[in-house]
Amino acid sequence: MVNRQPVVAVIGAGIAGLEAARQLAALGYKPVLIEKSSATGGHVAQWNRLFPDMTPAADVIEPLRAQTAGVKTLLGTEISAINRLKDEYNLVLSDGSSLLCQAVLFATGFRLFDASKKEEYGYGIYDRVITNRDLEHWFNTREDQRIRQPKAVGFVHCVGSRDLKAGNTQCSKVCCITAIKQAIEMKEEFPDAEVYCFYMDLRLFGKKYEDFYIKAQRDHGIHFIRGRVSEVGEAIDGRVVVKAEDTLNGKPVKVTLDLLVLMAGILCNPDAQRYARETGVAVDEDGFLKSRDNLAAITESSRPGVFFAGACTGAKTVPETLAEARSAALAIHQYFSKRV
Amino acid sequence: MDFGFKLSPSSAVNLDTVDRRRYDRLVQLQPDALTCIGCGSCSATCTSASWTGMSVRKVLLGLQRGRDEEVDKMLSGCMLCGKCTMVCPRGINTRQLILTLCRLDKNGEVVR
Repeated sequence: MVNRQPVVAVIGAGIAGLEAARQLAALGYKPVLIEKSSATGGHVAQWNRLFPDMTPAADVIEPLRAQTAGVKTLLGTEISAINRLKDEYNLVLSDGSSLLCQAVLFATGFRLFDASKKEEYGYGIYDRVITNRDLEHWFNTREDQRIRQPKAVGFVHCVGSRDLKAGNTQCSKVCCITAIKQAIEMKEEFPDAEVYCFYMDLRLFGKKYEDFYIKAQRDHGIHFIRGRVSEVGEAIDGRVVVKAEDTLNGKPVKVTLDLLVLMAGILCNPDAQRYARETGVAVDEDGFLKSRDNLAAITESSRPGVFFAGACTGAKTVPETLAEARSAALAIHQYFSKRV
Repeated sequence: MDFGFKLSPSSAVNLDTVDRRRYDRLVQLQPDALTCIGCGSCSATCTSASWTGMSVRKVLLGLQRGRDEEVDKMLSGCMLCGKCTMVCPRGINTRQLILTLCRLDKNGEVVR
């Protein structure tokens, strides 16, 4: 390894990949970012503002992009196959080229649950049912025919999360706080609207999240109803009728809404699961990639030279993902230092 | 006429038509009422709960679901000891809240 700059293939150029690549370059390695879409930034780049300080997503993405400008980045590139060699990995890319690297970092992120699978909520069937991502898209572009001066807006937490039947028993962790953020934003946008959040539990674990919740209650009068929405139907005027049990009251409730937002949960990116098989690293029982140790070595796989950062090992917030990316870069550094 | 069975009125709450005027006025006068998280500390510690069914948590919920009669029945069981205020994790002045509520009629008008 002496006199040679080790190459690290970073799969995915979302915030985890960008931050890790930045750190790896600073440590003297040669990261190569491989991104299947046509731009870097991943999911965060498609978001509008971020909790809990309403930071514009661009404030996170733009510095990361600027600081990784010198890193070799392959956009619109997928990985056709991964071959394991002795101490090295050979990645066959969709453009026909191949990349020989000494370490692989999975920064493959997550995929949002396909809300149309929960047919009882009517996504893709009723006009007034949208997802958290659709709403962020509207915040960014103001283009969505389904959002027209709503007088009543509902948010359904845990869509495709904590749902054995939907194939995902995990808590997606960031949707509670995202729902509260989006509920506040809708209330700011449409002050006369009644806004309802239907939740099973409110899991507001992070820094300042609980304050955000108090703000939603006290300053914006958002109604929180503890109960999982059981079904959604369409009224004759095109609005949607939502049914749930108000479990604190022990009585069924129903409400007619102009807009219903489904908080689609977080699943492991299926591409990551395929790459994991080819690389020889395990997938954990929860469907996310399996770390060598879920407490002490979350960024390391059970295979030498293969590392993880961000949501490929489970739902993460932005600061958690960035911290993990740095941690993974350090783990890679230690891996090479031992090999020299 | 006896059909051998009878129907109870629906217990479902329709949020489209529910009358929240009393609740709206309450939170206007005392905005801390908005921050209830339904933890039940107030009811657990209530001196009169076991005899009267009083529960500040249920009072606040009942107001938002248009259940005024139940609310008034519960309020009449309160002895104003103030223990609920001491245990509320959100710092809601529940004792004051009860006094405020007793001054409001069903339409949210201050009558006392």
